[in-house]
Amino acid sequence: MTGSENKAPERAQGSIGSAIGKVGDQIRQPLWLLAELTYSCPLQCPYCSNPMDFANVKKELSTEEWIDVFKQARAMGATQLGLSGGEPLTRPDLVELITAARDLGFYTNLITSGVGMDAEKVAEFKAAGLDHIQVSFQASSEDLNNLIAGTDAFQHKIEMAKAVKANDYPMVLCFVTHRQNIDQVDEILDLCIELEADYVELATTQYYGWAMHNRDQLMPMKEQLVQAEATAHRYQEEQKGKMKIYYVVPDYYEERPKACMNGWANVFLTVTPDGTALPCHAARELPGMQLPNVKDMSIDEIWNGSDDFNKYRGFDWMTEPCRSCDEKEKDFGGCRCQAFMLTGDATNADPVCSKSPNHHLIEEAVAAGIAEAAKPVIEQKALVFRNPKNSKKISGL
Amino acid sequence: MSEREFNDDTVPMLAQGYRFQWEPAQNCNVLLYPEGMVKLNGGAGEILKLISEKQQTVAEHIAELAAAFNGADLADDVYRFLDEAYSNDWLRK
Repeated sequence: MTGSENKAPERAQGSIGSAIGKVGDQIRQPLWLLAELTYSCPLQCPYCSNPMDFANVKKELSTEEWIDVFKQARAMGATQLGLSGGEPLTRPDLVELITAARDLGFYTNLITSGVGMDAEKVAEFKAAGLDHIQVSFQASSEDLNNLIAGTDAFQHKIEMAKAVKANDYPMVLCFVTHRQNIDQVDEILDLCIELEADYVELATTQYYGWAMHNRDQLMPMKEQLVQAEATAHRYQEEQKGKMKIYYVVPDYYEERPKACMNGWANVFLTVTPDGTALPCHAARELPGMQLPNVKDMSIDEIWNGSDDFNKYRGFDWMTEPCRSCDEKEKDFGGCRCQAFMLTGDATNADPVCSKSPNHHLIEEAVAAGIAEAAKPVIEQKALVFRNPKNSKKISGL
Repeated sequence: MSEREFNDDTVPMLAQGYRFQWEPAQNCNVLLYPEGMVKLNGGAGEILKLISEKQQTVAEHIAELAAAFNGADLADDVYRFLDEAYSNDWLRK
């Protein structure tokens, strides 16, 4: 998992969405294409939002199939391409894919853990026209401690950071925070200063896929969040003009849901390693999805004509309290996947909303995390790491 | 004048990671940056197009724009836009 799968994507599309919003009356376009090139990953992050049964996916789209997806999406107005995974660096054709995407006019974003990256590769990507590299730090507390303690991995990160800078890329770092590492925000930010980061995103784990499975073990305490936010603000002040720090507040501690994906199938299109097209990267888990595949249908047919993509567009699908809510155009009722995971009905309000009759589920989940954290360490549930073995075991493959 | 970020001799450049391009699907000029896009109106598009194509001073940009727009006096508009663009982190000096 390299961050894209579990950082708040609404910020990313928010910037596109708001720019579009000002213009008004736009036709709905898949402005953002997230290409999950592969589920292969050298890491095993327990907060990954890849599906639990990822080990089931054997066949990835070929180079030609991906380029065809890029072409179609570009023709429909897509400008931003996220190359993600899994770890996209494990695709041997990555340079070829970047070259093709850039030639088509995409703004190309590589979202990587940096594991497997070296100065030579960064220079190759630059030559291929890659626009932006975002390095996600896995930062489970052990990794983070290793990094801060100055292991080989830390040296590797420093060298890679230098290579990124030497190739005139802004240094964009993303840390996914959770209970096990959120107390180290100051150490994380010191590390970012040392790496001369230009942008840092502190994104709280969102509970999908593996992260949902590990929710009790990852849920931060309220006091931790207060502390982390204060620390982030202090660094924001100190680093003004040098390093921009984005701090994303976790939705489980909010009273209103996130405007997930800027609305269902509104600006965002995910294509998974096997070619399944989704309105968001967690949507595979929803009931009744037909999961159209780019091998069988054109992107145009999928985007405009498929049941999946039309399912939660607009407001007609909504139930109360969303249906009559005066904030529905602001947050679209929150996240469909979260509504389904927690309430069993994807048309319900996202229970993060305090107006939802199911809001107690969020409070209970927070309480369960707190109770788990209060147990003696040996009695606490172990984190389940995202790897093929656990995937097969949990999914009964 | 002294409060302005740019003067006649500064050479404005797009900020690191920013790219200017024409988008047929949007029918307008846009500025692309990491994970985002700004749609530009006509004037903003003309100025940023020039900045993205030519490394030259603000005075030279103004002269070139004036020539393209029938000798209109665009200096104030250009400076106002440059300030705004700079405060949005679209430009570097």
